[in-house]
Amino acid sequence: MISVDLNAVGMKGAIAEAAEGKWGMVIDRDICTGCQACVAACAMENNLSFVGEEDAGYGRTQHWIRIERLWEGEYPEVKIDGSFQPMLCQQCGHAPCEPVCPVFATPHSEAEQLNLQVYNRCVGTRYCGNNCPYQVRSFNWRDYHTLPERGNDVNGKMVFSLHNQFNPDVTVRRRGVMEKCTFCIQRIHKAQDKAKSEGREVEDGEFTTACAQACPANAITFGRLDHHESLVSQLAKQERGVKHLEDLNTLPRVTYLKEG
Amino acid sequence: MTVTSNYLSGSEKAHADHHEEEHDPRELLMYDPKPRGEMNDMVMESMYHTTWRFWAVLGILIVVVATCFVYAWGYMISEGLGVAGVMRPAYWGVFLVNTVFWIGISHAGTFISAILRVFKAEFRRPFTRAAELMTTFGLIQAGASIFMHLGRVWLAYWLFPIPNERMLWPNFHSPLMWDLLAITTYVLGSTMYLFLPLIPDLAMARDRSTGWRKTLYKVTALGFRGTEGEWRHLTTAMNFFAFAIIPVMFSVHTIVSWDFAMAMRPGWSSSVFGPYFVLGALHSGMGAVAVVLFIMRATMKHMDYFIRKEHFDALGKLMLIVSMAYAYFFFNDYIVQWYGGDLATDNLLHWLEEGPMAWMFFQMVFFNIVLPWATLWSSKVRQTPWLLAIIGLLINIGMYWERYLIVPVMLTINRMPFTWKLYTPGIEIYLTIGTFATFAVFYMIASRLIPLIPVWEVQEGQMTHTLRKVGKTEVPTVSEFE
Repeated sequence: MISVDLNAVGMKGAIAEAAEGKWGMVIDRDICTGCQACVAACAMENNLSFVGEEDAGYGRTQHWIRIERLWEGEYPEVKIDGSFQPMLCQQCGHAPCEPVCPVFATPHSEAEQLNLQVYNRCVGTRYCGNNCPYQVRSFNWRDYHTLPERGNDVNGKMVFSLHNQFNPDVTVRRRGVMEKCTFCIQRIHKAQDKAKSEGREVEDGEFTTACAQACPANAITFGRLDHHESLVSQLAKQERGVKHLEDLNTLPRVTYLKEG
Repeated sequence: MTVTSNYLSGSEKAHADHHEEEHDPRELLMYDPKPRGEMNDMVMESMYHTTWRFWAVLGILIVVVATCFVYAWGYMISEGLGVAGVMRPAYWGVFLVNTVFWIGISHAGTFISAILRVFKAEFRRPFTRAAELMTTFGLIQAGASIFMHLGRVWLAYWLFPIPNERMLWPNFHSPLMWDLLAITTYVLGSTMYLFLPLIPDLAMARDRSTGWRKTLYKVTALGFRGTEGEWRHLTTAMNFFAFAIIPVMFSVHTIVSWDFAMAMRPGWSSSVFGPYFVLGALHSGMGAVAVVLFIMRATMKHMDYFIRKEHFDALGKLMLIVSMAYAYFFFNDYIVQWYGGDLATDNLLHWLEEGPMAWMFFQMVFFNIVLPWATLWSSKVRQTPWLLAIIGLLINIGMYWERYLIVPVMLTINRMPFTWKLYTPGIEIYLTIGTFATFAVFYMIASRLIPLIPVWEVQEGQMTHTLRKVGKTEVPTVSEFE
């Protein structure tokens, strides 16, 4: 068998790393009920914009995780395809979005082995969004946080009550910037800082992402993929584990457990 | 045996008829010389002579530019791209269509002037300038469209490799970066290539004008007096640029195609996109040249002397050849991808032929391939300027549809069926009208400021072409200039 060291042929500037990665996720499609709790939790945690009915209907939703409902056939004879499919950034080890950015706004973190999005470097060419085979990047089409109709005029000053629920650990993005799921990197850093100050390693299950935390059915599991005894790597190795669009050589870090 | 009143037998008669059909060589510009002074005056007059209609059209166009280009763009910058039609999955929309379209238009200029100059095609002489101006002004529109497309256009300078205190460089792995460098090279190269052959004409204009025009031409002609040494340097430089700009021109549109071909998307990742885009660019560019020549001839004074049926005829032949070459690459792209049978590509191709945009797909095939093939074989069609201009316009519509299908329509179908959604343009429509109006305004102003006919090139050509008397007939002859 011929093996190719992807690091050696990484001429495209993308960093291809060991196939397993560091942080990973397993989503069990068998127990996902499609309740959208993960979507809401993610929006709260990561200061996502509420784009409004019109823009959302037009395909401008600001969701870092979305529940895909798939069906076959036209309306009366609809055949539901089994279950719901939460779709989020797969944190590819060999990500198509990375090399195409002309300003390095979407680099790869070698330490965390995640795809980063640098909001203040992004100029909004949206090439990464096109090149993402999972279509999980969302763009800030407007300044949704300061739309005039969302504010109250208090003595001549615009007050936005929704600003009170912002997570102080996460940037609020302005118009013209691309964004995507970060695997709640603020939580990763918080846990790492705490562990470091206590002089230990981060333990499995010590923290989790907002979506995994909110899932009432426990369909989402997050953790270290490079620790072989961790829950997430045990689940990922199951027989019903599949990775999406694996044939594109993206090395996704999210494993889906298909319906058993 | 009967003696017929006719001297000629059947075959000889046909031969004679054929001779009657042959054109008088004086119908050709090169064999119909005028004295140099008179010709210079004609070009100067075409530049000075304006009617109220010109100013009326220019005024309307300037209003269109102010509203559809300046105001609409400003509004979009202040509101965000939400006012445009772009969304997921069509992150790219009409702005990129316009970019590719205008770069395509700009291609014919260089093609006509550089390649035909290198190959010494005589019919190019009167309209190289008109075509080169299309290159420069088209590229300005292409550049504007790229910047319109950016989410944060006020940070566009981050795309340029400017040294900065944070040691941040642009990503040279990104096709967009190559694109930017290629287009910048092309703008600079083609502008210089436009300027060099303009110098003798500016000097001519300087010697025949007064007032502010005199000052303008004095500065821009760089003190050209037409000495032997100056001509030698100028021809060397022009030769240099003519050869150098050809690979630049090919590379620019190839790199533009790489923006799409390098991406991991069904319909886009095709290895034939480079030459396919180059030919597509030539196709739309040739059509645009026909339209511009028709408008010039119809509206400007003395142009019917310089631009003749022979030029439309030659242009028509070029359009036919380019259309055939385009068809070759078109079918190579679509049929090979279809045969491959990849699921995502299959979905895309079926959607193109029977989805809501099928009308656009079939119109594209009709305008780009069927229409030129069905009409341009006939010399009558080719030699009718208005007919050729209409065909050129329709080819351009077809080519616009082609780019529209490649950018937002192909983006509609991807590997994630949940996100499939059709794009509808928003403010892009106004900005598209704005770029067309800006192009027209630039062209109209340029037609008042610089000689649109490279008069020295025409004169040079006429000097080498003569009618020589051989027996009782005159035979057209050409001598080598160098």
